[in-house]
Amino acid sequence: MDNLHIALPEIFLLTATCAILVVGLFTEAKSHFVYWLSQVALVVTLVMSFSQVGEDAMTGLSGAYTVDSLSATLKTWILMIAIGILLYSRDYVGDRKIQKNEYFVLCLFAISGMMIMVSATHMLTVYLGLELLALSQYAMVALHRDNSRAAEAAMKYFVLGALASGMLLYGMSMIYGATGSLDLHLIRDILAGTSAEALSTERTIGARFGLTFLIVGIAFKLGAVPFHMWVPDVYEGAPTSVTMFISTAPKIAAFAMLIRLLVGGLDTLNADWQQMLAIMSALSMVVGNLIAIAQTNIKRMLAYSTISHVGFLLMGIVGVTNEGYSASMFYAITYAFTTLAAFGVLLAVSREGHEADTLDDLAGLGRRNAFLASIMMLSMISLAGVPPAVGFYAKLSVLQAAVGAGFAWLAILGVIMSVIGAFYYLRVIKMMFFDDPTDPVEINVSGDVTAGLAVNGIAVLALGLAPGFIMAACIAAFG
Amino acid sequence: MSFPILSLTVWLPIIAGALIIAAGNSHARKFAMGASIVTFLVSLLLYTGFDTTTSDMQFTENLAWLPSFDINYALGVDGMSMPLIILTTMINVIVVISAWEVIKDRPAIYLGSFSIMTGLMIGVFSALDAILFYVFFEATLIPMFLIIGIWGGPKRVYATIKFFIYTFLGSVMMLIALIYMYREGGSFGVLDLHALVLNEQQQFWIFLAFLAAFAVKIPMWPVHTWLPDAHVEAPTAGSAVLAAIMLKMGGYGFLRFSLPITPDASAGMDVFMIVISLIAIVYIGFVALAQQDMKKLIAYSSISHMGFVTLGIFIAFQLIAKDDSAGVALGIEGAMIQMISHGFISAAMFLCVGVMYDRIHSREIADYGGVINTMPIFAAFMVFFAMANAGLPGTSGFVGEFMVILASFKANFWIAFLAASTLILGAAYTLWMVKRVIMGPVGNDKVAALSDINKREFWMLGLLAAFVLLIGVWPNLIGNVMHASVENLVQHISTPKY
Repeated sequence: MDNLHIALPEIFLLTATCAILVVGLFTEAKSHFVYWLSQVALVVTLVMSFSQVGEDAMTGLSGAYTVDSLSATLKTWILMIAIGILLYSRDYVGDRKIQKNEYFVLCLFAISGMMIMVSATHMLTVYLGLELLALSQYAMVALHRDNSRAAEAAMKYFVLGALASGMLLYGMSMIYGATGSLDLHLIRDILAGTSAEALSTERTIGARFGLTFLIVGIAFKLGAVPFHMWVPDVYEGAPTSVTMFISTAPKIAAFAMLIRLLVGGLDTLNADWQQMLAIMSALSMVVGNLIAIAQTNIKRMLAYSTISHVGFLLMGIVGVTNEGYSASMFYAITYAFTTLAAFGVLLAVSREGHEADTLDDLAGLGRRNAFLASIMMLSMISLAGVPPAVGFYAKLSVLQAAVGAGFAWLAILGVIMSVIGAFYYLRVIKMMFFDDPTDPVEINVSGDVTAGLAVNGIAVLALGLAPGFIMAACIAAFG
Repeated sequence: MSFPILSLTVWLPIIAGALIIAAGNSHARKFAMGASIVTFLVSLLLYTGFDTTTSDMQFTENLAWLPSFDINYALGVDGMSMPLIILTTMINVIVVISAWEVIKDRPAIYLGSFSIMTGLMIGVFSALDAILFYVFFEATLIPMFLIIGIWGGPKRVYATIKFFIYTFLGSVMMLIALIYMYREGGSFGVLDLHALVLNEQQQFWIFLAFLAAFAVKIPMWPVHTWLPDAHVEAPTAGSAVLAAIMLKMGGYGFLRFSLPITPDASAGMDVFMIVISLIAIVYIGFVALAQQDMKKLIAYSSISHMGFVTLGIFIAFQLIAKDDSAGVALGIEGAMIQMISHGFISAAMFLCVGVMYDRIHSREIADYGGVINTMPIFAAFMVFFAMANAGLPGTSGFVGEFMVILASFKANFWIAFLAASTLILGAAYTLWMVKRVIMGPVGNDKVAALSDINKREFWMLGLLAAFVLLIGVWPNLIGNVMHASVENLVQHISTPKY
């Protein structure tokens, strides 16, 4: 086995997850033991991943696995966000008939899947990580088993997700047929004509054909228009804690998958995928922002908001420059932890027997709990892309990439759509601060969740004032 | 590097604002008062230490902020921005006085928001990096959004969202233009952008992008419709800050960005700009005449007066064509003085309405009449500010308008004729309002029960009146500091870029 140690964080996390699964059988229903064990496992994995940041790129496991600054940085962020996810969802899951031990274990499995996706440089490893993530997510959506909407959402998610995986696999097989390899490094060399095998025109067409299906699969996982239909239904039907999970860290992983496949493997075909991504980017921004305005359910609203942010994320990649990729990476990371804060507040406002999932549930939050309301406000300002919150720099960097690549029309469409988007984010602020509360019950938030939200909210603001070091890390990842 | 006075004036109110919010409602007022006075005094250092002989940026600071994007934390002032900074810190003191006992609902957040906004607006006037400017420019929207939305009138939600979306839409276009110029020139530095060579087509589109941002902010006809809504619904101090400072960000933007960066496009578009400025002056003047609501009337009068600012700026290009550089400087300086003067007068007018509104809770002209009988001291102030608003010689309102009209005369008689019509129109709508509100017999029982202004209100209006008079009789007080910078600007825009 060559270079097995580069996968040490994943190996540790998977082993720990299996152990936690067994330990969970012997704990009492009320105890938080499994929760704390999971957090410890995540923190240890975080330390291990973080130690890989800044090291030279290494490939191992017969070329199937790569650790470079891209993967180390993204894993670090995924794990930090995962720690937040577990923290925010603890009380929510505990109050409901959701098997919480299984919930945490599924979270850990999904996180392992994401880490594998981030490091995968072989199509089989990509698929392996993706399915580990997806299957855990299907189960998580269905975990609230007495809830018929959750079951419906899980069915939709599963059927459409399986279809998308099928598309992805089909595309991979076409590319294998064209190039004779599943190793993304080799595919890149073959397509570029630098390897011994020269490629005939017919075989390039085969690879392009496969590319189209790959894009479908990736777009589905990201939730880009026109493959976005599942997003609002699943967001709305799933328990809020699961919605939070789906909408944050997996977007980072999907971004990594996109980079590994398209930039790492099919870079020579970038003229083809650039066009497709540009169209999807434009459509996602338009559809996401326009439909979000009409939503009264905040989870559906955030679903459409996610779709629009995916459009922005793709805008950076459309630049097909390293600068653009790092801009998108920055976008994915900041989007994930900003959305995390928003869902964290929603989960804190929800309580036993009451879901905070419509806009009205937020009415007067500024009076009920000014702290939660200000965190939510920061998050909304950031998602709207208004300075000085960090979301502005994310938008600035992808706009720069698009203008630099000659896609000025996309950039102009993007900013106009972000103005339209500002409307529904402002509406949330309006509900919280300008309206009177309809629900006078006091909101109690435990100390560690408060601390977590405070750190998260301050990050949204402080990283807006000094986003330099994340940007530097993103640029280093494509250096 | 010397002591960073500019950074201090920017960040002191921002940090103080955060502390005011944290300190809670019981200490908010005194704390805010102290902070605003200290900020004002610190900003005076900019005036006393200012070198009037040079057009170079002064008190400059430059730190790398986002090296990967070439974005710097660059600050500096010249003769065009320094007076606006003093105006900002001064109005902030007035705001705190005006809120003293009036705001009872969550005063800490109210005063804190104003304090933070003051810092951000100073940032707008002192930023020498285009992205830094944009960040400050946009960030001011958030506190104003909350101020109108939380403390505003009945239709506040509509007004505040309209305000936010309108101005946001304008400024994102500017962002695209800035990014584009960075791609062309490799720098976001404002002075580097001034030197950037752009061809006719590029200048045209960049000019339009800037126009979108600044025309909405000023606001120019026909994108002015957010202003009456926002002004009417905003709390008194909100209207005052909006009119006194936020609108100036648009005029300042023209002078700092549009003119120096796209001089040829500005010259090409000058007739268009002059025409819409005249529409603002004349047509909006007539609109003001028809208003029943005092705040709305003052809001429309603001738009009309800001028309003079844009007229003064763009009449310059007509005079450049005639090779009359003294006239060019006259127009631009007139626009600058008009901005400062309008800052004081409009703030004072809104505060006067606020004084009456606090007592009777109505802004309708019809609900008043004969206020002079019960509030003689107040009536004196109100009449004085109304005269200043109408452009009475001896007040600051006269100076700026007169300079702009004079410059227009050098360019074209008919432009000057239309612009001068404001001297009649402005007098008509302002004095007619004063006649119906202040003069005459006591209108109703509520007016009969009015009590005159207290000490706090006296100081608030007295300070403003003093400044209006001071600039009216001694305009060189601010004229001197801007001469060098304006001459430099005239020089710059007189030479084509390509």
